[in-house]
Amino acid sequence: MSDDVILRMENMVKTFPGVVANAGINLEVRRGEIHCLLGENGAGKTVLMSTLYGLYHADAGSIIYKGQPVQIRSPKDAIRQRIGMVHQHFMLVPTLTVAENLILGQYRYWQRLSQMERAKAEIRRLGEEFGLRIDPDAVVGRLSVGEQQRVEILKALYHGIDLLILDEPTAVLTPQETSQLLGFLRELADKGLTIIFITHKLEEVMQVSDRVTVLRDGKDVATLNTAETSPRELARLMVGRDVLMEMPERQGEPGEVVLAVQDLCVENERGLRVVDGVSFEVREREIVGIAGVAGNGQSELALALAGLMPIHSGEVRLNGQVLREWTPRQVSQLGLAHVPEDRHGMAIILPFSVSNNFVIHSFGDEPFSRHGFLNFSRIREYAQRLVREYDVRLVSVDDPISSLSGGNQQKVVVARELNREPRLLLVNQPTRGIDIGATEFVRQRILAQRDRGSAVLLISTELEEIFHLSDRILVMYEGKIVGEVPPDRSLLDKIGLMMAGHRAEA
Amino acid sequence: MDTVWIAMIPAILAATWRMATPLIYAAVGEVITERAGVLNIGLEGTMLLGAFTAFAAVYATDNLWVGLLATLLVGVVVGLVFAFFTVTVKANQIIVGVALNLLGLGLTGFLFRTLFLGTKNAVRTVPVLNIPVLSDLPVVGEMLFHQNLMVYGTLLLVPVASFVLYKTAFGLAIRSVGEHPRASDTVGISVSGIRYAAVMIGTALTAIAGAFLTIAHTNQFVEGITSGRGFIALAVVVFGRWSPKGAFWASLLFGVFFALQLRLQAMPDLAIPYQAFQVLPYAATIVVLLSLRGRSHAPSALAIPYEA
Repeated sequence: MSDDVILRMENMVKTFPGVVANAGINLEVRRGEIHCLLGENGAGKTVLMSTLYGLYHADAGSIIYKGQPVQIRSPKDAIRQRIGMVHQHFMLVPTLTVAENLILGQYRYWQRLSQMERAKAEIRRLGEEFGLRIDPDAVVGRLSVGEQQRVEILKALYHGIDLLILDEPTAVLTPQETSQLLGFLRELADKGLTIIFITHKLEEVMQVSDRVTVLRDGKDVATLNTAETSPRELARLMVGRDVLMEMPERQGEPGEVVLAVQDLCVENERGLRVVDGVSFEVREREIVGIAGVAGNGQSELALALAGLMPIHSGEVRLNGQVLREWTPRQVSQLGLAHVPEDRHGMAIILPFSVSNNFVIHSFGDEPFSRHGFLNFSRIREYAQRLVREYDVRLVSVDDPISSLSGGNQQKVVVARELNREPRLLLVNQPTRGIDIGATEFVRQRILAQRDRGSAVLLISTELEEIFHLSDRILVMYEGKIVGEVPPDRSLLDKIGLMMAGHRAEA
Repeated sequence: MDTVWIAMIPAILAATWRMATPLIYAAVGEVITERAGVLNIGLEGTMLLGAFTAFAAVYATDNLWVGLLATLLVGVVVGLVFAFFTVTVKANQIIVGVALNLLGLGLTGFLFRTLFLGTKNAVRTVPVLNIPVLSDLPVVGEMLFHQNLMVYGTLLLVPVASFVLYKTAFGLAIRSVGEHPRASDTVGISVSGIRYAAVMIGTALTAIAGAFLTIAHTNQFVEGITSGRGFIALAVVVFGRWSPKGAFWASLLFGVFFALQLRLQAMPDLAIPYQAFQVLPYAATIVVLLSLRGRSHAPSALAIPYEA
């Protein structure tokens, strides 16, 4: 092994019940480089890195780190080996301060926390050195997502690391925060830190990495020098075939107003106003996209429109009818179809069969039941028809939906909702966590729904998705709509600023 | 009539702290358990086991220290069993808690009838500390300066529990495990180790709360002597917002109702059945819990087993 290789993972295998997450992956990372791990959801990136960090135990394979074979049984071992990881879901305790989070696990249990001042001084010093200024006494839960991520990186640096793993770090950031982060990572690498960067976004790979390893279906497909490759090649390696990246043009002009929202306010269970005076309209044959960083009121807006959260004040008109304290069922009878953000919590019932999940709204109606008795053969036929139409890959519609991949589960949800031929289609994060093939399919179907005449309200934190599908884009920040823009890619910077709270100048 | 009431105030105040004492021990223990993310609703059963153990041990040895040590031991063992089922086996914490309550009630009743029925069963009690002069102060004299040692013990317990929870690495680990066990795991904290410890501390203190009833407050064991105090302690934890100091003040609030209830029962010229007053502390519990909205102060991982 040459001197400049810091990490070599050989033939890594990790299986979970029913799933092979890593099927013999090889990875070689050089000292001081930024190495991207690129792959679709479910390709095995996070599992591989979680194994390196001691969260999972590999079934087979060896890890050679700094020239020595190592056994990493727990995160504690990883920290001892000077490996740090910034997880996709932050590993910070929200009720504790920044300083408390950083010293967590660093003391023996019987010790008094007497060194807090020294820890805070160290945090300030690191902050100065790396330009990550954070108040050590701030409570983590009150920081913005971007700041919390800085705390995570700071925590790794505080523990002392030579290798930093970042798992999809840009998923929660605005474009400006993303470019700030990427610039900062480059600085860290220049100081000699080795960085492994997990992502499924091609632009980020091109922008930040020295080398990239592409994973597909639990195997490493290729390791390339970033300078010698192209996004198109990477996409092909990642998916295993050529990807259609263009979407068809819209046909026809918007028609009547289907959804009219006027000064809508929604309060969460803590009484905070999470949707604050929002007004907009969605017309027939129109897709309105709502962009914004996660947690700025989009979820609550969607839930309120679907009748799942009380409307505090304001008016919502669907097909001219005023919604007020309506149940989800009443809203859906008015022509709303809802593809919710929380697939497992809201859209499907995991242990139920695929066919039962298809009739979740309508099992009580003819022809699926008569006189209170379910007609199983009708339900099965219906499910099989939709499975064919929407290309859901499964063994049998009688299997529990939990046995399907995320992408196929989402296809079931989309098929169920679209088949109701809604007047208004409300889709929230329709392609989160699903593979490129299914993403493309779902997006095509949403466009087809618009061309059929539906009004579509699309909520997504993926700007790329918003640009692809929307006819108009509204940007939400802290519960307010801060501006409207056309889907013109030259306005990306402007949208980024609006997502960070800068109002659009008139 | 007015003078009768005024004359009662010192006694009511003194009884308030005394009646709050078992709630304080149990609730502070439960605060520590719940801050680590484990919900032990088996306080009533644990308290009964502690009450019986203390009584039996003092009866047998006539030594209060032996009584307290035996109570602590039983408390720790109960915690070990509870933690085994809820942390290691990851059983539903409510179910295990209910089982613990039933076990406490049944086992102590059985053992008491088998071993003590028909005996003259009074035991030595924890001595009262009477501070001369000060205890003769008007109104507050009796409350502050004429109590048994276990009542004064709460003045030590609450600051110590606060110190452990907020100023030691162990306390930080407890709080982090109850909020975000995975984050704690990733920095090398043993989630199950911390939860075992927090559960055992909780049950040990709860057992002591039971001991107070049989070897300090009274001098005997009666079946079901806790009469719902374990459940009230659960309400105290919520009302005290999961902090030892909060549990202390919330316990005193409930103590007032217990004290009032005792006094009102003893008023001969009130034409109200005494059962109506006995309801007071329990009715107060319901009112207090209804007045608290949501559970925004509860540890996020409360009652959720940790899957590594």
